Amino acid sequence: MSQLPKLGKGAAALMLATALSAAPAWAQSTITVAVVGEADTFDPMVSTKDIVSQVTQHFVETLYTFDSSWNVAPLLAADMPEISGDGTVYRIALREGITFHDGSSMESADVVASLTRWLEVASRGRGIADRVQSIEASGPYEVTITLSEPYSPLLSLLAFSNSAAAVYPEEIIAETIEQVVGTGPYRIQEHVPDQYLQLVRFEDYVSRAEPSDGHAGARQQVPDEIRFIPVADPNTRVEGLVSGQFDFADSLPAESLARVEGSDIAEPVLLEPFGWPVWAVNHKAGLLTDQTIRRALQAALPIDDMLFAAFGDERFFMVDAPMFPEGWVWNNDAAVELYNQNDAAAAQALLEEAGYDGTPLRILTSRQFEFHFKMAEVAKLALESAGFAVEMDVVDWATLGQRRNDPALWDIYITHSPFLPEPALTSLWSVTARTGWGNAEKEAILADFTSETDIGKRQELFAELQRLNYEDVGFIKVGGFNALMGQRQGLSGVPANPWPFFWNASVN
Amino acid sequence: MNRYLFRRLIGMAVVVLIVLTIAFVIVRLAPGDPAALMLGPDATPQEAEELRARLGLDRPILVQYLTFVANAVRGDLGQSLFFNQPVTQVLASRAEPTVFLALFSLIFAMLIAVPIGIYAAYRRGSLFDQSVISAAMLAASVPSFWTGLIAQRWLATEYGWFPASGYGGPEADFFERMGYLILPSLVLGVVNSALILRFTRASMLDVLGEDYIRTARSKGMGEARVVLRHGLRNAGIPIITVIGLTFALLVSGAVVTERVFNIPGMGNLVVSAVLRRDYPVIQGTLIVVAVLYVLINLITDLLYLLVDKRVRY
Repeated sequence: MSQLPKLGKGAAALMLATALSAAPAWAQSTITVAVVGEADTFDPMVSTKDIVSQVTQHFVETLYTFDSSWNVAPLLAADMPEISGDGTVYRIALREGITFHDGSSMESADVVASLTRWLEVASRGRGIADRVQSIEASGPYEVTITLSEPYSPLLSLLAFSNSAAAVYPEEIIAETIEQVVGTGPYRIQEHVPDQYLQLVRFEDYVSRAEPSDGHAGARQQVPDEIRFIPVADPNTRVEGLVSGQFDFADSLPAESLARVEGSDIAEPVLLEPFGWPVWAVNHKAGLLTDQTIRRALQAALPIDDMLFAAFGDERFFMVDAPMFPEGWVWNNDAAVELYNQNDAAAAQALLEEAGYDGTPLRILTSRQFEFHFKMAEVAKLALESAGFAVEMDVVDWATLGQRRNDPALWDIYITHSPFLPEPALTSLWSVTARTGWGNAEKEAILADFTSETDIGKRQELFAELQRLNYEDVGFIKVGGFNALMGQRQGLSGVPANPWPFFWNASVN
Repeated sequence: MNRYLFRRLIGMAVVVLIVLTIAFVIVRLAPGDPAALMLGPDATPQEAEELRARLGLDRPILVQYLTFVANAVRGDLGQSLFFNQPVTQVLASRAEPTVFLALFSLIFAMLIAVPIGIYAAYRRGSLFDQSVISAAMLAASVPSFWTGLIAQRWLATEYGWFPASGYGGPEADFFERMGYLILPSLVLGVVNSALILRFTRASMLDVLGEDYIRTARSKGMGEARVVLRHGLRNAGIPIITVIGLTFALLVSGAVVTERVFNIPGMGNLVVSAVLRRDYPVIQGTLIVVAVLYVLINLITDLLYLLVDKRVRY
């Protein structure tokens, strides 16, 4: 026992010495980014998680990408494709002189092998696989994709970093890729799970020559290093940001806005708009297979109250009916009068018309995203006063992910999504989605929408889809919301984006 | 002694087998699909089913259990579904921060609790004693996450005395990494000092009223010698017991503090593993924690031999 105090003193001295040497001493050209968690794979083909897209876009590239206005722009492709008159043949010229991180050169065989794998293993690739007749190398630096019918969202799919049509060397193509090899401006130097992912500049990278514009154009490789630090606790991300430990912190809680605004080290970045909360409606089984009950549900919802309860600050949400916000090419006013009715009497009448027997409406939600739960709580009160019996099934996200795959277990599940550049990227429109919204008129319009190439006509068709979604209550868009991020004061080159990137970032 | 050790080791094996079974059953009873989580929100049920098959999660539960036990007996705790690494490797990478965090926290707790507990017992009923009891109750009542958040905000963010979170980057050497543990150790040390302080005080109170203490004083022995040599030595067993238990708790239970300070230790790992439904990692962590618990208790019992010569096994 008498040894313990001596041991304690020695350890305290050691601890004091180490505390003094603990201040981080990172180089100025290292950009440190706090992200919400660990990417469980570095192969963005096999995942639809945003965190995977956000991290992997720095070292894995696709043929196309999006500019700041969400237009498709070439990345590994030399230019936009030559599309045949009937819209079924895409001839894509590839850039020459592109090197993979393993030193090999990118050629058409690599692209063909990668796209073939994308059709087999990627959710978004599999979704269009039956429309793809062939993918062939039509030259050492050219590939040709032949479709069985025109499909206008193809380029958006090829550009999207989520379930991405990533290009890998042919040699590593397999069902599971252990060691991802990309062409991106940064390569993986070291990964310590749950601690950091260290990316360093890829010296043989050949940037595009066009000016940087969103994800498109020049990727200037400004920082020597980019470090992604998984920080699960949002408050810890805030403290790390305002203490100067991080140059950028993703996904901060709305309540921390004042704290970040008051910092002399950091500043808030508000991404307006970020995305939309959505109530996915079960069309396969249960109460909401009845259209009249779906309309009663839509009539009863007090959307503005739900959004206020969810976000608590008007700077963070928009009571906004159109499926896409103002300024987007897909924005339109079709049937918006059916949004935010908050009309209990109308809902009650519809329930009576449907012969509603009091079967509980089962809302599957999670507190992992607190705003999902809060909006459900408010909606529950409104639905009950309109005559619905409501049963809340509040589970963790993992359980929700499992239960929503069984249509017998829920009527509504709550999720959210960023606004995606192309409506067809949202699976909710498809009858094959887990919600199973089938409607003959919708299917016909959707088929026209995905095969039409003229943007004006596509806009008109999308307005029809929006109208049908409100009239038939395919799914429920609960407004829009903004995302709060934060960055070090003086950080530039990081445009506000749902999938922020750092290849042009610098700190003054 | 050898028979005692042998008996304890057999008991340990039984405990681990029970924990192994409970761990397997509990994680399987919890709803949630790791495959759906890994694939992301837009994956189809069919894709999740295919991944489950690839991960071997579609095999009968009994087959999965027997495979798990057979592998665990050989020291193979399986493959992490999320990290795609052996669980033993994943756990080994988390051992350093967790063990040193527990060690530093225990040292801080002992430095705070033992001297104050002894002095409070010596000055029983005084204002100092009453204040110490109140402070100990307060420290035990305040949740560690709150103390952690306050310490992080003021000592790290406002004053910049410590790093706010993490465990260092690629260039961090051992000493720098240890520096990241000081603030969370202080927090855990304060929180855990309460129990040790109360045990030390109570145990010393029992001893200081004994005849041999009066005898020592009557022989003219100095107060410090009476209290520390005769008092503390004889009060040692309960104190060692509570210190051992505290260390075991710290190794297995610094979950909240690791989360708040983003320390990549076993506590943080097990929370993430539960959220990700990484079954092998949850099972592996529970087994390792159970083994550590039993081992620390065994070591605590053996320490009695050093403190009290009357103890025999």
